[in-house]
Formats: sequence, structure tokens, C-alpha cells
Amino acid sequence: MTIGIEHFMVLSGVLFTLAVAGIFLNRKNLILLLMCIELMLLAVNFNFIAMSRFLGDLGGQVFVFFILTVAAAEAAIGLAILVVLFRSRRSINVEELDVMKG
Amino acid sequence: MGHYLAIVLAPLIAAATVGIFGKSLGRTVSHTLCIAGVFVAFALSSYTLYSMVFEGAAGFEGTLYEWASSGNLRFEVGFLVDRLSALMMVVVTFVSLMVHIYTIGYMHDDPGYERFFSYISLFTFAMLMLVMSNNFFQLFFGWEAVGVVSYLLIGFWFKKPTAIHANLKAFLVNRVGDFGFLLGIGAIAMLAGSLNYAEVFGQADQVAAQTLTIFGDTAWNAMTVTCILLFVGAMGKSAQVPLHVWLPDSMEGPTPISALIHAATMVTAGIFMVARMSPLFELSTTALSFVMWIGAITAFFMGLLGLIQNDIKRVVAYSTLSQLGYMTVALGVSAYSAGIFHLMTHAFFKALLFLAAGSVIIAMHHEQDIRKMGGLRRYLPITYVTALIGSLALIGFPGFSGFYSKDVIIEAVHASHLGGAGFVYWVVLLGVFVTALYSFRMFFLVFHGKERMDEQTRSHLKEPGWVVTLPLVLLAIPSLVIGGLTMRAVLFDGYFGNAIVVDKAHDTVGHVAKHVDSVLGFTLHAPMTLAFWLAIGGVATAGYIYLLRPGIADMLQRRFAAVYRLFENKYYFDRVYESGLARGTLGFGRWLWRVGDETVIDGAIVNGTAKGIGVIALIARRLQSGYLYHYAFAMVIGLAVLLGWLVFG
Amino acid sequence: MINPIMFYVLAAVLIIAALGVITSRNPVYSAMLLVLSFVTSAALWVMLEAEFLGIALVLVYVGAVMVLFLFVVMMLDVNVEVVRGGMTRYTPLGILVALAVFGEIVFVVWQKRFGDTTFVTPPPKDADYSNTEALGAVLYTEYVYAFELAAVILLLAIVAAIMLTMRKRPGLKQQDIGAQVAVDARDRVRLVKMKSESDQ
Repeated sequence: MTIGIEHFMVLSGVLFTLAVAGIFLNRKNLILLLMCIELMLLAVNFNFIAMSRFLGDLGGQVFVFFILTVAAAEAAIGLAILVVLFRSRRSINVEELDVMKG
Repeated sequence: MGHYLAIVLAPLIAAATVGIFGKSLGRTVSHTLCIAGVFVAFALSSYTLYSMVFEGAAGFEGTLYEWASSGNLRFEVGFLVDRLSALMMVVVTFVSLMVHIYTIGYMHDDPGYERFFSYISLFTFAMLMLVMSNNFFQLFFGWEAVGVVSYLLIGFWFKKPTAIHANLKAFLVNRVGDFGFLLGIGAIAMLAGSLNYAEVFGQADQVAAQTLTIFGDTAWNAMTVTCILLFVGAMGKSAQVPLHVWLPDSMEGPTPISALIHAATMVTAGIFMVARMSPLFELSTTALSFVMWIGAITAFFMGLLGLIQNDIKRVVAYSTLSQLGYMTVALGVSAYSAGIFHLMTHAFFKALLFLAAGSVIIAMHHEQDIRKMGGLRRYLPITYVTALIGSLALIGFPGFSGFYSKDVIIEAVHASHLGGAGFVYWVVLLGVFVTALYSFRMFFLVFHGKERMDEQTRSHLKEPGWVVTLPLVLLAIPSLVIGGLTMRAVLFDGYFGNAIVVDKAHDTVGHVAKHVDSVLGFTLHAPMTLAFWLAIGGVATAGYIYLLRPGIADMLQRRFAAVYRLFENKYYFDRVYESGLARGTLGFGRWLWRVGDETVIDGAIVNGTAKGIGVIALIARRLQSGYLYHYAFAMVIGLAVLLGWLVFG
Repeated sequence: MINPIMFYVLAAVLIIAALGVITSRNPVYSAMLLVLSFVTSAALWVMLEAEFLGIALVLVYVGAVMVLFLFVVMMLDVNVEVVRGGMTRYTPLGILVALAVFGEIVFVVWQKRFGDTTFVTPPPKDADYSNTEALGAVLYTEYVYAFELAAVILLLAIVAAIMLTMRKRPGLKQQDIGAQVAVDARDRVRLVKMKSESDQ
């Protein structure tokens, strides 16, 4: 059967779901959290590219371009925060980070 | 018109000045100022009466000042000076003047001297505003004002707990009456659309044709309802059963005010008001019957209580209650002029009796128990003679003023066709016997018989000075003569003119007038009447028991112990009011405080809201766990829900 | 015309890699599997005729971001045994929510059921179609403002990363130029009058 847009959308949906599941199934590792965010962004990018292809509009790809930029920036800053956190707490165990407990 | 204003303002200015600057002005200046103020009022009132009676002056009716207006209702200050109010003005100012002079002697040693003068002058102002009013609003103002001053004066010795209890009781019981009064005024405002006497009276017939539905489906005649409500106010102010309980306790106040307020003037405000409203009352025989019955009950049963009192002032107080009952009965049988006539004569002789009692109290160094007196006629001759005159006037001995007024009332009741009038006639006749009995019981126990006071008091017994005895003499004169002199004019020659309206069907005084050819004839006819012999019988019985065989009194007390206890407890009215109403209201207030205020408002609403927020916050706080994955989880769940809503909703 | 077999194979690899990322015990393994998923995505994108972005993905994401991730993972010296485990309490609910999200997404796709009229498979591009050129043509004209903003965001990222992680080491001597320049001569030199030590 011809690969239509549905396939790509379902694929992107699956990726997104996996990333979402990864966020809260992840107990211990903060880095894993960041990686799941990257996966989510990847899923979204997929959607955009597929849409761009099938609608013939280049705007989708331009958007992906920017998402890539921002994702990179965000990854960098997130990791920097992680490093600082690790320096002060000596741990990236998510369960030990509850200073903001109300 | 200016002099009417002067009549009212002179006592007021004196009262205000003495009230504010009394202490710095000093005693002499204070009492001179107040007496001058009341004297001015008296002189001008007498002049007004003179010009109306002998020079045929027309009187005055007009509004001086509009205080406020709301819709169609105008609240004004105005005067209606006609025969009725002129008579009241003279009575009020004369008795007030006598009391002012008397006070110089009676309150001589009291630290609150200036305050007292200020209060009694203020009272005079308020009472004058009441009787000179031409509209219901000012009437109500005067009504309340006399109540307030009465409260202030009963509780004059405010450090005495009994005085405070008494003044509060007076005010509260009056309040109940005033509530009815206010409802009556409201009814008038609603039905007649105005508060001015002339306008209301002009519409009286229309009002009488209307009905009011108050509770459920019963339709009541509008005039009956209005009149009964107005009379409830009179019941409070003029101490009719069941709103009479405050008057005996008001004896806690100094004797001068017992004379002024609770004998001559304030308590007669109710009588005056009903007489003034005669155009309204005449249109409702139901209301008139009600008035008559209440009056009869009061006259008889309160008189009975006077038989067992041992405090000299209490005897006179119950006597006042009983005589007010007589006046009310007169009003009930449409003998308004007779009622007012009796009001006038009663003012004189009752004030006299109170002041005489006060004189005795001064002489006995503030001892008031008549069981500790006796044989005082040797020591207090002037007091003795004036008290005798007053007592004879009270029992209606022929020739004395009380005789004319009281006997006309009895005859009027006899002539009335109101339901139960026949029964009431026998009640008021019996009342004559009771009146004579208690008055002369007191008289004999105080002035005759064995001297029962201790040696210490007896050695100090002497007649008080002229400031005390002069008013006694000056009051004794009208007690003696005014009845005979004015009876024809007041009752039969239509003195009151348009002020009092009597329906032809129940014109009892007119009926009595037909049988009286002359005053002298009426007087000489007295020994033929039952009332005369009942009075004589009362005096004789009192003399027999208390002078000759004192043992009989004690024996009767033992034999009829239950009745005696009933009398002693004043028919348990006070008991019922205090434990039932007073305690019930206090309990209700306390319940409202503890449950309504503390539990509901403070606890549930104010604190409860705060606590509720605290509880909710406590639960909501768990969301802030500080754990990143909880937050992430929450975000994802939120996302899922939002998506679901967008997709499926 | 996209080759279906290619698509399914690549898609399978992608999904398995993603699964591996979230279930792996070792964070290094997770990082490597993430690299794999990125590369596979790049391949899929090239299949979708977005060549520039596919290459950019490999260069930027794999080459820079994932390397950064690996740096941090290695640097933090995470105790691997401690890191894994404890998926107990929220797992069922979590899986449920994930499935719910997935269900909703699929539902949307299913419902919309793009007909052939809307989403016709377009013909493949010509051989000399340059995706880069096409992107460039659009990027610098229509989206130039966003482009500049993206540059600013990158600058921001640099500054932020440095600001967050820089620490002053104690005991290190450094020049404070500002203080040096602000010196006053009177603080440094004091003229004292002295008798000259000359021979008489």
C-alpha cells in the first residue's frame, strides 16, 4: 500500500507517546528526562516534515529548522543546569530533588 | 403665636442651661432659672386659657416648621391650641411649678440638685410639646421624650440597683406600649395619608368604612384596629393592665417626680391622647368597649392591691393606677369630657397626696413604712390638713373636687349602652368602696392612732419648711374647689367645643347632664346615691379596723392567706413578666450570642472559612511534592485530558 | 513514491531505539540508542525529500547535542547500579496515560481520514531540485525575522550556559583591571623629607 500521511502521523504519535511514557516511567535519572524531551521534539519534527511534504508547503521545514535551533539551545542550557545541580547535590536522582516541596 | 412658642421654649431653655452649666451656676441660680422658666409657661398658659374661656379667643392651629417630608407624609412641628390642650397646658404647668418649688426643700441635701431641676424642666417641655401638638409625629416625639425623662428621673439615684431596675422596667414596658402606638400611627399614615390631626379627622369616616386584613383571611374594621393600636400606646403610658407593672416600681424615684410624672402629667398623656382622638374612637364601638373593659379591670383590681401596701408611696401609686382606670372607663363610655375633668381634678389631689407623703417622708427622715408611723397629726399639722383634703377629694366626698368628676363618671357608665356597661357600673361602684378603704387605711395609720416610730425619729419630727408646705396648700385649694366651680362649664356647657367629638348615640355625658339641674343640686343629691354610702362605708371600715380593732386586719390576713399572697405578688404579673418574658428574651439573646454569633458567624463562617481554606490547602499542598516526576506526570495527565476534551468534546 | 519496505524497516528501527532509550538501565546506552534514533529519523527525512534537514539533524543533533549529552553523562560519574529501578507505583497508571495519549492521536488521524483529494501523494521532485536552495530562498526572505531571533536565542544559550556553570576557583590570582586603573598616586607614594647623606 502506498505510504500516505497517516503512516507518518501514526509514527510520530508513537514516538511522542514513548517519550511521554519515558518521562514518568523514569524514576531515577534526570538526564533521561532531557533525552525524552529530545525525543518528543523529534516526534513533532516528524509531523512537520511529513505535513510539509504532503501539502507541498515549505513552511513546515522552516519550522523544523527553528525547532532544531531552539532544541539545541535548550539542551545546552538544560545540561548546564544539570551540571550545576550535580555539583551541589552530588546526585541526579530525581527522587532526592524535593527542596521545592510545599 | 409667639407666646405659644414661649410656653414651650421657656422650660426648655432653662433645662438646657441648667443641664449644661448647672454645676458652675450653683444651686440658687439653677433653681431660680428653672422655676422662672416654668412660671413663664404657666403664666402664658393661664393667659391662653383665660382668653379662650372668658374672651372667646379662637385658639390656634398651625404648623411652625417642617422638619422633613417623605412622599406625601410631612413631619412637622406645629401647635393646636384649643380648649382641650389649653386645659392640659394649665394643669401641667401648674403642677410642674408646684413641684419645682417643692423640690427646693425635698432635694435640699441631694448632690444631684441641679440635674434634677434640669430634668423636671425638660419634662415640662416634653409634656407641653405632647399636648400642644397638632400632628401625630410631634405627639409621638413628646410621648417618647416624656418616657425618656421619666426613665432618667426614676433612675435619678442611679447608684441604687433597685432604681436602675425600676427605670429600665418603666422604659421597657412603655416601649411595648409605644410599639402598639407606632403601629397605630403607621395605620393612620397608611389609611389617611397624613399625620396632621385636622386632615386625619376629616377623613375619619372614610377610614372607618375600610377593612384591613392582617392575619390570614380575617378582615378587621380599619378604624377598630387603628384605635385599639393607639390605645395600646395609652395602656403603656397610662399604666393600664397588663402594662401597669412599671408604675409601682417607679416609686424608686424621688417623691417630687412621683407627684409630677406618675400622678399628674405623664400618665395622663394616654388619657389625653384618647380624648384628642375622640373623632376616631367614636367610630368604633369595639375599640370603645375594649377601652372600657381595660379601664374597669385596672380600676378595680389595682385598687384592691392598694389595701395591702405598707409603703406610703406605693399606696398612692396603686391609687393612681386605680384612678387612671376610672378615667379610662370614662373614655370607654364616650364620656371624654368627664374623663378629662377627672384627669384635671385627679392631677391636683393626687399631686397633693404625693407631696404630702413626701413631706411625711422628710419629717420621718426618709422612713416610708406606714407601719412605723402613727399619730403624726400632732407633729405635721399642715401636712395633716392638706392630706385630709386630698384624701376626701380622692374618695369623692361631696363638695370636694373629686366628687364631681368621679360621680359623673359613675353616672355616665350607668347611662352607657356598651356591651357589659352594666357590669362595669357595679365594678366602678365597688371601686369607690375600695378606694375609700385604702385611702383612709393609709390616712389613719399615718396620722392617727398609736405612735409606732422609734424615739430617735420622734424627737426629730417637725413640719418641713415653707418650700414644702406652700405647694401643699396651693394644691389643696384646687382639690377643694375646682370641681364645683368648673363642673358645669366643663361638662355640661360644651366647654370642649370641637375638640371632643361624641356620637349622638353614645353621648353619656349629655344624658347625665339632662338629670342635673345645678351643681348645688348635684352636690346635695349625693346622699341619695349608692356611691356616697359606699365611700362612707369604706371610711368607717378603715377607721374601725385600723383605729379600733387592729387585730381584725391580722386575722383577715391569716384567714385569707392565699388571697393575701396573690395581692402581695401583684397577681403574679411581675413574676410572669420577669421569668417568662424577661428571662426568655435574655435566654434568647444568649442563645443568639452563643449559637448565632459565636458558633455560626464566628465559628462556621469566619473561622470556618479560614479553616476550610487551610484544610483544602493542606490537601492541595500534596501536589507540591517537590518531585520533578510528579510535576511531569501532572503535566502529561493534563495534556491527555486537554487532548481528550479537544478531540472528543 | 516512498518505498514501503524501506519505510517499515526504518520505522521499526526507530521505534525499537526509542523503546530502548526509555527502558535502558545504563544512561550511556540510552544516549547511544538516542543517537541511533536520530540517525534513523534523518534517513526517513531524506526519504521525505527534506534533505537539508536530514543532514542538519545528523550534524547538529547527533554531532553536537548528543555529544554534549555524552559528555555530561560521562562527566557526572553516575553510579549506574543506583540509577535504575523503582518503576513500581506509577507504572500502570503511567502506561494507561501514555496509551490514552496515543489513542487520542490515532483517533484524530482516523477521524480525519484524509481523503485522497486533500492529501494526495505528490510526485517526487526533479533530480536537480535542491532542497537547500529552496529552503534558503524562503528563509532569508519570508522568515528572516525569525531567523535573526533564532540567532539571538543561540547567543542566549551560550551566555546562559557559561553563566550557569562558571565558577570562580578560590585561591586563583587574577588581575582586576578596574582596580588597577583606579589607583591613586597618593596611595602608592609618600614623599618623605630626609637629610641628604652627603660628605661634608
